[in-house]
Amino acid sequence: MSATNRRQFPGSMRFLHWLTAALVLTMLGIGVAMVASLGDYHRLVSIHRPLGIAILIVVAIRFVNRLFSTLPPFPATMSERERSAAHASEILLYSLLFLQPLVGWGMLSAARYPIVMFGALHLFPILPHSVMLYAVLRRAHTFLAYLLFLAFLAHFGAVLFHTLIVRDGLLSRMVARRARDL
Amino acid sequence: MAAGEDPKTAQGSAESSGGAAPIEQRPAPLKGGSALARLAGIAVILLGVVGAFLYLGGWLSPQKLTPARFVDEFERVNGKYSGFRRNHAKGVCVRGFFDSNGQGARLSKAVVFQAGRVPVIGRFSLGNGDPHASDELSTVRGLGLQFSLSDGEQWRTAMINLPVFPFKDPQAFYGNLVASQPDPQTHKPDPAKMAAFAAKNPETVKALGIITSQAPSSGFENSTFYGLNAFRFVAADGTSTPVRWMFVPVQPNEAAGAAGTSQDKNFLFDALIASVLQHPLQWHLILTVGQPGDPTNDATIPWPEGREQVDAGTLTLDSVESEETSPARDINFDPLILPDGISPSDDPLLSARSAIYSQSFTRRAGETKEPSAITPSEVRK
Repeated sequence: MSATNRRQFPGSMRFLHWLTAALVLTMLGIGVAMVASLGDYHRLVSIHRPLGIAILIVVAIRFVNRLFSTLPPFPATMSERERSAAHASEILLYSLLFLQPLVGWGMLSAARYPIVMFGALHLFPILPHSVMLYAVLRRAHTFLAYLLFLAFLAHFGAVLFHTLIVRDGLLSRMVARRARDL
Repeated sequence: MAAGEDPKTAQGSAESSGGAAPIEQRPAPLKGGSALARLAGIAVILLGVVGAFLYLGGWLSPQKLTPARFVDEFERVNGKYSGFRRNHAKGVCVRGFFDSNGQGARLSKAVVFQAGRVPVIGRFSLGNGDPHASDELSTVRGLGLQFSLSDGEQWRTAMINLPVFPFKDPQAFYGNLVASQPDPQTHKPDPAKMAAFAAKNPETVKALGIITSQAPSSGFENSTFYGLNAFRFVAADGTSTPVRWMFVPVQPNEAAGAAGTSQDKNFLFDALIASVLQHPLQWHLILTVGQPGDPTNDATIPWPEGREQVDAGTLTLDSVESEETSPARDINFDPLILPDGISPSDDPLLSARSAIYSQSFTRRAGETKEPSAITPSEVRK
Protein backbone atom coordinates (compact mmCIF):
# COMPACT_ATOMS: atom_id res chain seq x y z
CA MET A 1 0.00 0.00 0.00
CA SER A 2 1.47 3.33 -1.00
CA ALA A 3 1.54 6.37 1.26
CA THR A 4 -1.02 8.09 -0.98
CA ASN A 5 -3.42 5.20 -0.55
CA ARG A 6 -3.21 5.46 3.18
CA ARG A 7 -4.33 9.07 3.00
CA GLN A 8 -7.66 7.83 1.67
CA PHE A 9 -10.36 5.75 3.26
CA PRO A 10 -10.14 2.16 2.00
CA GLY A 11 -12.31 1.35 -1.04
CA SER A 12 -14.83 -0.62 1.03
CA MET A 13 -15.35 2.33 3.37
CA ARG A 14 -15.69 4.80 0.50
CA PHE A 15 -18.21 2.56 -1.24
CA LEU A 16 -20.29 2.09 1.92
CA HIS A 17 -20.13 5.82 2.67
CA TRP A 18 -21.53 6.87 -0.70
CA LEU A 19 -24.07 4.05 -0.67
CA THR A 20 -25.33 5.22 2.74
CA ALA A 21 -25.39 8.83 1.52
CA ALA A 22 -27.54 7.92 -1.49
CA LEU A 23 -29.91 5.71 0.54
CA VAL A 24 -30.32 8.16 3.42
CA LEU A 25 -30.91 11.20 1.22
CA THR A 26 -33.48 9.26 -0.80
CA MET A 27 -35.08 8.12 2.43
CA LEU A 28 -35.29 11.62 3.94
CA GLY A 29 -36.95 12.84 0.73
CA ILE A 30 -39.40 9.93 0.64
CA GLY A 31 -40.19 10.25 4.34
CA VAL A 32 -40.97 13.94 4.30
CA ALA A 33 -42.93 13.70 1.01
CA MET A 34 -44.94 10.67 2.05
CA VAL A 35 -46.42 12.16 5.22
CA ALA A 36 -47.62 15.19 3.22
CA SER A 37 -49.06 13.19 0.32
CA LEU A 38 -52.46 11.65 -0.33
CA GLY A 39 -51.99 10.29 -3.85
CA ASP A 40 -48.45 8.96 -3.46
CA TYR A 41 -48.66 7.96 0.19
CA HIS A 42 -49.07 4.25 -0.39
CA ARG A 43 -46.42 4.00 -3.10
CA LEU A 44 -43.90 5.89 -0.99
CA VAL A 45 -44.60 4.06 2.27
CA SER A 46 -44.19 0.75 0.41
CA ILE A 47 -40.65 1.83 -0.52
CA HIS A 48 -39.97 3.50 2.84
CA ARG A 49 -40.27 0.31 4.93
CA PRO A 50 -37.88 -2.01 3.01
CA LEU A 51 -35.49 0.89 2.32
CA GLY A 52 -35.28 1.60 6.05
CA ILE A 53 -34.39 -2.01 6.75
CA ALA A 54 -31.84 -1.91 3.90
CA ILE A 55 -30.22 1.13 5.55
CA LEU A 56 -30.10 -0.68 8.89
CA ILE A 57 -28.29 -3.60 7.23
CA VAL A 58 -25.87 -1.35 5.31
CA VAL A 59 -25.06 0.65 8.45
CA ALA A 60 -24.40 -2.54 10.43
CA ILE A 61 -22.05 -3.79 7.70
CA ARG A 62 -20.43 -0.38 7.51
CA PHE A 63 -19.85 -0.24 11.25
CA VAL A 64 -18.21 -3.67 11.35
CA ASN A 65 -16.14 -2.82 8.27
CA ARG A 66 -14.99 0.38 9.96
CA LEU A 67 -13.79 -1.53 13.02
CA PHE A 68 -11.51 -3.61 10.82
CA SER A 69 -10.28 -0.79 8.55
CA THR A 70 -7.32 1.57 8.81
CA LEU A 71 -8.48 5.17 8.70
CA PRO A 72 -6.56 7.92 6.94
CA PRO A 73 -5.23 10.75 9.11
CA PHE A 74 -7.08 14.02 9.45
CA PRO A 75 -5.61 16.81 7.29
CA ALA A 76 -2.96 18.79 9.19
CA THR A 77 -5.15 21.87 8.67
CA MET A 78 -7.67 20.55 11.16
CA SER A 79 -7.21 21.75 14.72
CA GLU A 80 -7.73 19.52 17.73
CA ARG A 81 -11.12 21.12 18.24
CA GLU A 82 -12.17 20.47 14.66
CA ARG A 83 -11.03 16.88 14.96
CA SER A 84 -13.08 16.23 18.05
CA ALA A 85 -16.05 17.95 16.40
CA ALA A 86 -15.64 15.69 13.37
CA HIS A 87 -15.39 12.69 15.66
CA ALA A 88 -18.49 13.69 17.64
CA SER A 89 -20.49 14.27 14.46
CA GLU A 90 -19.46 10.83 13.24
CA ILE A 91 -20.75 9.26 16.47
CA LEU A 92 -24.00 11.26 16.12
CA LEU A 93 -24.50 10.19 12.48
CA TYR A 94 -23.81 6.52 13.24
CA SER A 95 -26.19 6.62 16.24
CA LEU A 96 -28.95 8.22 14.18
CA LEU A 97 -28.49 5.79 11.30
CA PHE A 98 -28.82 2.85 13.69
CA LEU A 99 -31.60 4.33 15.78
CA GLN A 100 -33.93 5.70 13.08
CA PRO A 101 -34.70 2.38 11.30
CA LEU A 102 -35.05 0.65 14.68
CA VAL A 103 -37.53 3.30 15.87
CA GLY A 104 -39.47 2.88 12.60
CA TRP A 105 -39.55 -0.91 12.98
CA GLY A 106 -40.38 -0.53 16.67
CA MET A 107 -43.27 1.89 16.16
CA LEU A 108 -44.93 -0.35 13.57
CA SER A 109 -44.42 -3.25 16.00
CA ALA A 110 -46.04 -1.35 18.88
CA ALA A 111 -49.07 -0.52 16.70
CA ARG A 112 -49.17 -4.13 15.43
CA TYR A 113 -49.07 -2.99 11.84
CA PRO A 114 -47.80 -5.77 9.60
CA ILE A 115 -44.19 -4.87 8.72
CA VAL A 116 -44.34 -5.75 5.04
CA MET A 117 -41.09 -5.81 3.06
CA PHE A 118 -42.27 -7.07 -0.32
CA GLY A 119 -44.71 -9.75 -1.48
CA ALA A 120 -45.63 -11.95 1.47
CA LEU A 121 -42.31 -11.24 3.25
CA HIS A 122 -42.78 -9.36 6.50
CA LEU A 123 -40.75 -8.82 9.67
CA PHE A 124 -41.61 -9.92 13.19
CA PRO A 125 -42.56 -7.28 15.79
CA ILE A 126 -39.73 -6.17 18.09
CA LEU A 127 -41.84 -4.40 20.74
CA PRO A 128 -44.99 -5.22 22.74
CA HIS A 129 -48.41 -4.04 21.53
CA SER A 130 -49.12 -0.55 22.88
CA VAL A 131 -50.62 2.36 20.96
CA MET A 132 -49.25 4.83 23.50
CA LEU A 133 -45.77 3.48 22.83
CA TYR A 134 -46.53 3.77 19.12
CA ALA A 135 -47.50 7.43 19.56
CA VAL A 136 -44.26 8.23 21.40
CA LEU A 137 -42.09 6.40 18.86
CA ARG A 138 -43.96 7.96 15.94
CA ARG A 139 -43.06 11.40 17.31
CA ALA A 140 -39.50 10.27 17.94
CA HIS A 141 -39.27 9.08 14.32
CA THR A 142 -40.11 12.57 13.06
CA PHE A 143 -37.75 14.22 15.54
CA LEU A 144 -34.87 11.90 14.61
CA ALA A 145 -35.53 12.51 10.91
CA TYR A 146 -35.17 16.27 11.39
CA LEU A 147 -32.08 15.73 13.53
CA LEU A 148 -30.61 13.46 10.86
CA PHE A 149 -31.31 16.07 8.22
CA LEU A 150 -29.59 18.77 10.32
CA ALA A 151 -26.63 16.46 11.00
CA PHE A 152 -26.36 15.83 7.27
CA LEU A 153 -26.44 19.59 6.57
CA ALA A 154 -23.66 20.19 9.12
CA HIS A 155 -21.58 17.33 7.68
CA PHE A 156 -22.12 18.49 4.09
CA GLY A 157 -21.48 22.14 5.01
CA ALA A 158 -18.22 21.28 6.80
CA VAL A 159 -16.96 19.30 3.81
CA LEU A 160 -17.89 22.14 1.44
CA PHE A 161 -16.07 24.58 3.69
CA HIS A 162 -12.92 22.49 3.74
CA THR A 163 -13.07 21.82 0.02
CA LEU A 164 -13.87 25.32 -1.24
CA ILE A 165 -12.42 27.63 1.42
CA VAL A 166 -9.66 25.82 3.31
CA ARG A 167 -8.82 23.71 0.24
CA ASP A 168 -6.99 21.09 2.27
CA GLY A 169 -8.11 18.10 0.19
CA LEU A 170 -10.36 16.78 2.96
CA LEU A 171 -12.82 15.41 0.40
CA SER A 172 -10.06 13.52 -1.43
CA ARG A 173 -9.98 11.10 1.49
CA MET A 174 -13.48 9.95 0.50
CA VAL A 175 -13.49 10.20 -3.33
CA ALA A 176 -11.72 8.25 -6.04
CA ARG A 177 -8.01 9.07 -6.42
CA ARG A 178 -8.32 11.01 -9.65
CA ALA A 179 -10.46 13.65 -7.99
CA ARG A 180 -7.90 14.04 -5.22
CA ASP A 181 -6.75 17.51 -6.13
CA LEU A 182 -10.19 19.08 -5.84
CA MET B 1 -16.73 2.83 17.82
CA ALA B 2 -14.33 5.08 19.67
CA ALA B 3 -12.38 2.20 21.14
CA GLY B 4 -11.73 0.60 17.76
CA GLU B 5 -10.84 3.78 16.05
CA ASP B 6 -8.64 5.86 18.27
CA PRO B 7 -5.40 3.88 18.11
CA LYS B 8 -5.61 3.68 14.33
CA THR B 9 -6.30 7.35 13.88
CA ALA B 10 -3.51 8.18 16.30
CA GLN B 11 -1.16 5.95 14.35
CA GLY B 12 -2.24 7.59 11.13
CA SER B 13 -1.76 11.05 12.54
CA ALA B 14 1.70 10.22 13.81
CA GLU B 15 2.61 9.00 10.37
CA SER B 16 1.23 12.01 8.59
CA SER B 17 2.94 14.54 10.79
CA GLY B 18 6.26 12.95 9.74
CA GLY B 19 6.00 13.35 5.99
CA ALA B 20 4.93 16.32 3.94
CA ALA B 21 1.94 14.99 2.02
CA PRO B 22 0.89 16.96 -1.04
CA ILE B 23 -2.79 16.91 -0.14
CA GLU B 24 -2.10 18.45 3.22
CA GLN B 25 -0.17 21.39 1.95
CA ARG B 26 -2.27 24.45 2.40
CA PRO B 27 -2.75 26.17 -0.96
CA ALA B 28 -2.22 29.90 -1.28
CA PRO B 29 -4.87 31.60 0.87
CA LEU B 30 -7.94 32.89 -0.96
CA LYS B 31 -8.28 36.62 -1.49
CA GLY B 32 -10.99 38.23 0.65
CA GLY B 33 -13.47 38.68 -2.20
CA SER B 34 -12.95 35.21 -3.56
CA ALA B 35 -13.40 33.62 -0.13
CA LEU B 36 -16.61 35.57 0.36
CA ALA B 37 -17.92 34.46 -3.03
CA ARG B 38 -17.17 30.85 -2.16
CA LEU B 39 -18.83 31.20 1.23
CA ALA B 40 -21.90 32.61 -0.50
CA GLY B 41 -21.77 29.63 -2.87
CA ILE B 42 -21.81 27.23 0.07
CA ALA B 43 -24.76 29.07 1.59
CA VAL B 44 -26.66 28.82 -1.70
CA ILE B 45 -26.00 25.07 -1.97
CA LEU B 46 -27.15 24.42 1.62
CA LEU B 47 -30.22 26.62 1.22
CA GLY B 48 -31.04 24.73 -1.96
CA VAL B 49 -30.96 21.45 -0.03
CA VAL B 50 -33.16 22.90 2.71
CA GLY B 51 -35.55 24.29 0.09
CA ALA B 52 -35.86 20.90 -1.62
CA PHE B 53 -36.61 19.30 1.75
CA LEU B 54 -39.27 21.92 2.55
CA TYR B 55 -40.77 21.59 -0.94
CA LEU B 56 -41.07 17.79 -0.67
CA GLY B 57 -42.65 18.11 2.77
CA GLY B 58 -45.39 20.41 1.43
CA TRP B 59 -44.34 23.37 3.60
CA LEU B 60 -44.02 25.62 0.57
CA SER B 61 -47.55 24.85 -0.67
CA PRO B 62 -50.01 25.69 2.12
CA GLN B 63 -52.96 25.04 -0.23
CA LYS B 64 -51.92 21.43 -0.86
CA LEU B 65 -54.35 18.88 0.55
CA THR B 66 -52.32 16.78 3.00
CA PRO B 67 -53.45 14.01 5.36
CA ALA B 68 -52.99 16.39 8.31
CA ARG B 69 -55.11 19.14 6.72
CA PHE B 70 -57.78 16.59 5.82
CA VAL B 71 -58.02 15.32 9.39
CA ASP B 72 -57.98 18.92 10.69
CA GLU B 73 -61.14 19.48 8.63
CA PHE B 74 -62.80 16.39 10.16
CA GLU B 75 -62.02 17.84 13.57
CA ARG B 76 -63.39 21.24 12.60
CA VAL B 77 -66.68 19.77 11.34
CA ASN B 78 -67.23 17.07 13.96
CA GLY B 79 -65.39 18.38 16.98
CA LYS B 80 -62.43 16.64 18.58
CA TYR B 81 -62.98 13.66 20.89
CA SER B 82 -59.94 12.40 22.76
CA GLY B 83 -58.89 8.89 21.79
CA PHE B 84 -61.59 8.34 19.17
CA ARG B 85 -61.39 7.81 15.43
CA ARG B 86 -61.84 11.09 13.54
CA ASN B 87 -64.65 9.50 11.53
CA HIS B 88 -66.78 6.43 12.26
CA ALA B 89 -66.11 7.28 15.90
CA LYS B 90 -68.97 5.29 17.45
CA GLY B 91 -68.56 1.56 17.28
CA VAL B 92 -68.61 -1.88 18.81
CA CYS B 93 -66.13 -4.73 18.31
CA VAL B 94 -66.73 -8.28 17.13
CA ARG B 95 -64.80 -11.49 16.66
CA GLY B 96 -65.25 -14.58 14.58
CA PHE B 97 -63.74 -16.35 11.61
CA PHE B 98 -63.82 -16.60 7.84
CA ASP B 99 -64.32 -19.99 6.19
CA SER B 100 -62.87 -19.83 2.70
CA ASN B 101 -64.33 -22.35 0.27
CA GLY B 102 -61.34 -22.08 -2.07
CA GLN B 103 -63.35 -20.53 -4.92
CA GLY B 104 -61.44 -17.24 -4.69
CA ALA B 105 -58.06 -18.93 -5.20
CA ARG B 106 -58.58 -18.91 -8.96
CA LEU B 107 -58.51 -15.08 -8.87
CA SER B 108 -56.00 -14.45 -6.08
CA LYS B 109 -53.05 -16.33 -4.64
CA ALA B 110 -53.68 -14.68 -1.23
CA VAL B 111 -53.56 -17.29 1.53
CA VAL B 112 -56.98 -16.12 2.75
CA PHE B 113 -58.62 -17.59 -0.38
CA GLN B 114 -57.22 -21.10 0.04
CA ALA B 115 -59.85 -23.38 1.54
CA GLY B 116 -59.71 -23.14 5.33
CA ARG B 117 -60.55 -21.04 8.36
CA VAL B 118 -58.97 -17.69 9.24
CA PRO B 119 -59.59 -15.80 12.54
CA VAL B 120 -61.23 -12.39 12.15
CA ILE B 121 -61.59 -9.39 14.42
CA GLY B 122 -63.73 -6.45 13.41
CA ARG B 123 -65.67 -3.36 14.32
CA PHE B 124 -69.13 -2.09 13.37
CA SER B 125 -69.44 1.67 13.30
CA LEU B 126 -71.54 4.64 12.28
CA GLY B 127 -70.18 7.23 9.87
CA ASN B 128 -69.97 10.23 12.13
CA GLY B 129 -67.10 11.93 13.91
CA ASP B 130 -69.12 12.23 17.13
CA PRO B 131 -68.64 9.07 19.25
CA HIS B 132 -71.83 9.82 21.22
CA ALA B 133 -74.16 10.65 18.31
CA SER B 134 -77.60 9.05 18.44
CA ASP B 135 -78.07 6.08 16.11
CA GLU B 136 -79.96 6.98 12.95
CA LEU B 137 -81.13 4.61 10.23
CA SER B 138 -79.83 6.98 7.58
CA THR B 139 -76.30 7.20 9.04
CA VAL B 140 -73.70 5.32 7.02
CA ARG B 141 -72.87 1.95 8.62
CA GLY B 142 -69.32 0.72 8.59
CA LEU B 143 -67.66 -2.65 9.06
CA GLY B 144 -63.90 -2.92 9.50
CA LEU B 145 -62.36 -6.39 9.40
CA GLN B 146 -58.90 -7.78 10.05
CA PHE B 147 -58.12 -11.28 8.78
CA SER B 148 -55.05 -12.89 10.38
CA LEU B 149 -53.61 -15.22 7.76
CA SER B 150 -51.78 -18.44 8.64
CA ASP B 151 -48.47 -17.18 7.20
CA GLY B 152 -48.51 -14.10 9.45
CA GLU B 153 -49.86 -11.75 6.77
CA GLN B 154 -52.91 -9.57 7.38
CA TRP B 155 -55.81 -8.42 5.30
CA ARG B 156 -57.67 -5.39 6.58
CA THR B 157 -60.70 -3.82 4.97
CA ALA B 158 -63.02 -0.95 5.88
CA MET B 159 -66.43 -1.21 4.23
CA ILE B 160 -69.71 0.68 4.32
CA ASN B 161 -73.32 -0.17 3.52
CA LEU B 162 -73.42 1.99 0.37
CA PRO B 163 -73.20 0.32 -3.06
CA VAL B 164 -71.12 3.22 -4.43
CA PHE B 165 -69.09 5.96 -2.77
CA PRO B 166 -70.38 9.53 -3.13
CA PHE B 167 -66.93 11.02 -3.88
CA LYS B 168 -64.62 10.14 -6.73
CA ASP B 169 -61.40 11.47 -5.18
CA PRO B 170 -60.08 12.96 -1.93
CA GLN B 171 -60.54 16.52 -3.25
CA ALA B 172 -64.28 15.93 -3.72
CA PHE B 173 -64.56 14.36 -0.26
CA TYR B 174 -62.74 17.33 1.24
CA GLY B 175 -64.86 19.80 -0.73
CA ASN B 176 -67.98 18.19 0.69
CA LEU B 177 -66.59 18.32 4.23
CA VAL B 178 -65.89 22.03 3.86
CA ALA B 179 -69.30 22.70 2.28
CA SER B 180 -71.15 20.78 4.99
CA GLN B 181 -69.47 22.57 7.87
CA PRO B 182 -72.32 23.79 10.10
CA ASP B 183 -73.05 27.50 10.00
CA PRO B 184 -72.32 29.01 13.45
CA GLN B 185 -75.74 30.70 13.44
CA THR B 186 -78.09 28.00 12.15
CA HIS B 187 -75.94 25.00 13.22
CA LYS B 188 -76.78 23.56 9.81
CA PRO B 189 -74.76 23.42 6.59
CA ASP B 190 -75.16 26.43 4.34
CA PRO B 191 -77.55 25.33 1.51
CA ALA B 192 -75.85 27.66 -0.97
CA LYS B 193 -72.48 26.03 -0.33
CA MET B 194 -73.99 22.55 -0.62
CA ALA B 195 -75.62 23.51 -3.93
CA ALA B 196 -72.34 24.91 -5.24
CA PHE B 197 -70.62 21.64 -4.32
CA ALA B 198 -73.30 19.59 -6.08
CA ALA B 199 -72.99 21.72 -9.22
CA LYS B 200 -69.25 21.19 -9.26
CA ASN B 201 -69.48 17.44 -8.59
CA PRO B 202 -72.20 15.90 -10.78
CA GLU B 203 -70.78 12.42 -10.11
CA THR B 204 -71.70 12.87 -6.42
CA VAL B 205 -75.29 13.73 -7.33
CA LYS B 206 -75.46 10.65 -9.55
CA ALA B 207 -73.99 8.39 -6.86
CA LEU B 208 -76.38 9.77 -4.23
CA GLY B 209 -79.23 8.91 -6.60
CA ILE B 210 -78.10 5.27 -6.58
CA ILE B 211 -77.56 5.30 -2.82
CA THR B 212 -80.97 6.77 -1.92
CA SER B 213 -82.84 4.46 -4.32
CA GLN B 214 -82.29 1.69 -1.75
CA ALA B 215 -83.84 2.14 1.68
CA PRO B 216 -81.46 1.15 4.47
CA SER B 217 -82.15 -2.23 6.10
CA SER B 218 -83.32 -2.47 9.70
CA GLY B 219 -79.88 -2.93 11.23
CA PHE B 220 -76.20 -3.80 11.02
CA GLU B 221 -76.93 -7.52 11.01
CA ASN B 222 -78.86 -7.49 7.70
CA SER B 223 -76.76 -4.84 5.94
CA THR B 224 -74.63 -5.58 2.91
CA PHE B 225 -71.14 -4.10 3.30
CA TYR B 226 -69.26 -2.99 0.19
CA GLY B 227 -65.50 -2.72 -0.27
CA LEU B 228 -66.30 0.26 -2.57
CA ASN B 229 -62.96 0.63 -4.30
CA ALA B 230 -61.76 -1.74 -6.99
CA PHE B 231 -58.69 -3.85 -6.24
CA ARG B 232 -56.42 -6.01 -8.39
CA PHE B 233 -56.51 -9.70 -7.57
CA VAL B 234 -53.28 -11.42 -8.59
CA ALA B 235 -53.42 -15.17 -9.22
CA ALA B 236 -50.60 -17.67 -8.74
CA ASP B 237 -49.84 -17.52 -12.48
CA GLY B 238 -49.51 -13.73 -12.31
CA THR B 239 -52.87 -12.92 -13.94
CA SER B 240 -54.27 -9.68 -12.55
CA THR B 241 -58.06 -9.18 -12.43
CA PRO B 242 -60.03 -6.12 -11.28
CA VAL B 243 -62.31 -7.12 -8.40
CA ARG B 244 -64.82 -5.39 -6.14
CA TRP B 245 -66.12 -7.24 -3.11
CA MET B 246 -69.09 -7.14 -0.78
CA PHE B 247 -70.23 -9.00 2.33
CA VAL B 248 -73.84 -10.10 1.80
CA PRO B 249 -75.79 -11.01 4.97
CA VAL B 250 -77.25 -14.45 5.52
CA GLN B 251 -79.68 -12.79 7.97
CA PRO B 252 -82.91 -12.02 6.09
CA ASN B 253 -83.37 -8.49 4.86
CA GLU B 254 -85.91 -6.52 6.81
CA ALA B 255 -87.07 -3.07 5.81
CA ALA B 256 -86.28 -0.55 8.49
CA GLY B 257 -89.89 0.45 9.09
CA ALA B 258 -91.05 -3.11 9.82
CA ALA B 259 -88.56 -3.52 12.65
CA GLY B 260 -89.71 -0.27 14.20
CA THR B 261 -87.30 2.43 15.20
CA SER B 262 -86.64 3.06 18.82
CA GLN B 263 -85.96 6.35 20.49
CA ASP B 264 -83.00 4.75 22.23
CA LYS B 265 -79.85 6.52 21.13
CA ASN B 266 -77.99 3.21 20.75
CA PHE B 267 -80.82 1.23 19.16
CA LEU B 268 -78.81 0.04 16.14
CA PHE B 269 -75.89 -1.14 18.27
CA ASP B 270 -78.18 -2.67 20.90
CA ALA B 271 -80.00 -4.68 18.22
CA LEU B 272 -76.68 -5.87 16.81
CA ILE B 273 -75.47 -6.95 20.26
CA ALA B 274 -78.73 -8.76 21.01
CA SER B 275 -78.64 -10.62 17.73
CA VAL B 276 -74.97 -11.73 18.08
CA LEU B 277 -75.72 -12.97 21.60
CA GLN B 278 -78.67 -14.93 20.20
CA HIS B 279 -76.87 -16.65 17.33
CA PRO B 280 -73.70 -16.11 15.25
CA LEU B 281 -74.14 -13.67 12.37
CA GLN B 282 -73.00 -14.63 8.88
CA TRP B 283 -72.11 -12.91 5.61
CA HIS B 284 -71.02 -14.32 2.24
CA LEU B 285 -67.94 -12.75 0.69
CA ILE B 286 -68.99 -12.06 -2.89
CA LEU B 287 -66.25 -11.11 -5.37
CA THR B 288 -67.45 -9.23 -8.45
CA VAL B 289 -65.09 -9.81 -11.37
CA GLY B 290 -64.51 -6.76 -13.53
CA GLN B 291 -64.27 -6.83 -17.32
CA PRO B 292 -61.86 -4.79 -19.41
CA GLY B 293 -63.26 -1.27 -19.57
CA ASP B 294 -65.00 -1.40 -16.18
CA PRO B 295 -63.86 1.69 -14.26
CA THR B 296 -61.40 0.82 -11.49
CA ASN B 297 -60.48 4.41 -10.65
CA ASP B 298 -63.92 5.78 -9.79
CA ALA B 299 -65.86 4.43 -6.81
CA THR B 300 -68.91 6.56 -7.65
CA ILE B 301 -69.74 4.41 -10.70
CA PRO B 302 -71.23 0.92 -10.30
CA TRP B 303 -70.04 -1.82 -12.62
CA PRO B 304 -72.58 -3.01 -15.22
CA GLU B 305 -75.15 -5.60 -14.20
CA GLY B 306 -74.39 -9.24 -14.91
CA ARG B 307 -70.70 -9.28 -13.99
CA GLU B 308 -69.50 -12.68 -12.81
CA GLN B 309 -69.79 -13.10 -9.06
CA VAL B 310 -67.77 -15.58 -7.00
CA ASP B 311 -68.84 -16.63 -3.51
CA ALA B 312 -65.44 -17.00 -1.81
CA GLY B 313 -66.61 -18.08 1.63
CA THR B 314 -68.54 -17.25 4.76
CA LEU B 315 -67.76 -14.76 7.52
CA THR B 316 -69.11 -15.74 10.94
CA LEU B 317 -69.15 -13.22 13.78
CA ASP B 318 -69.96 -14.95 17.06
CA SER B 319 -68.88 -12.60 19.82
CA VAL B 320 -69.30 -8.92 20.57
CA GLU B 321 -67.34 -6.65 22.88
CA SER B 322 -67.19 -3.00 23.88
CA GLU B 323 -64.37 -0.96 22.35
CA GLU B 324 -63.09 -0.37 25.84
CA THR B 325 -62.05 -4.00 26.25
CA SER B 326 -61.44 -5.07 22.65
CA PRO B 327 -58.10 -4.86 20.83
CA ALA B 328 -60.09 -3.79 17.74
CA ARG B 329 -60.28 -0.26 19.14
CA ASP B 330 -56.56 0.04 18.48
CA ILE B 331 -56.67 -1.38 14.96
CA ASN B 332 -56.40 0.99 12.03
CA PHE B 333 -58.60 -0.66 9.39
CA ASP B 334 -56.40 0.71 6.63
CA PRO B 335 -57.80 -0.61 3.32
CA LEU B 336 -54.27 -0.95 1.91
CA ILE B 337 -53.06 -3.46 4.46
CA LEU B 338 -53.32 -6.27 1.96
CA PRO B 339 -51.90 -9.78 1.67
CA ASP B 340 -49.74 -10.80 -1.27
CA GLY B 341 -52.32 -11.55 -4.00
CA ILE B 342 -54.45 -8.43 -3.53
CA SER B 343 -53.08 -5.11 -4.83
CA PRO B 344 -54.47 -1.60 -4.96
CA SER B 345 -56.14 -0.47 -8.19
CA ASP B 346 -55.59 2.95 -9.76
CA ASP B 347 -58.43 4.41 -7.63
CA PRO B 348 -57.04 7.65 -6.13
CA LEU B 349 -59.22 7.18 -3.05
CA LEU B 350 -57.24 4.16 -1.88
CA SER B 351 -53.90 5.81 -1.19
CA ALA B 352 -55.72 8.83 0.28
CA ARG B 353 -57.78 6.62 2.60
CA SER B 354 -54.62 4.87 3.74
CA ALA B 355 -52.87 8.19 4.44
CA ILE B 356 -55.85 9.76 6.24
CA TYR B 357 -56.66 6.67 8.35
CA SER B 358 -53.01 6.57 9.36
CA GLN B 359 -53.09 10.25 10.35
CA SER B 360 -56.27 9.72 12.39
CA PHE B 361 -54.76 6.63 14.03
CA THR B 362 -51.55 8.43 14.95
CA ARG B 363 -53.47 11.32 16.53
CA ARG B 364 -55.80 9.17 18.61
CA ALA B 365 -53.10 6.66 19.59
CA GLY B 366 -51.38 9.19 21.82
CA GLU B 367 -54.57 10.58 23.40
CA THR B 368 -56.30 9.57 26.62
CA LYS B 369 -59.03 7.07 25.79
CA GLU B 370 -62.47 8.28 26.87
CA PRO B 371 -65.27 5.74 27.56
CA SER B 372 -67.11 4.46 24.51
CA ALA B 373 -70.86 5.09 24.09
CA ILE B 374 -71.29 1.33 23.89
CA THR B 375 -69.89 0.42 27.29
CA PRO B 376 -68.98 -3.09 28.47
CA SER B 377 -72.22 -3.17 30.53
CA GLU B 378 -74.21 -2.20 27.41
CA VAL B 379 -72.81 -5.29 25.71
CA ARG B 380 -73.64 -7.59 28.63
CA LYS B 381 -77.19 -6.44 29.34
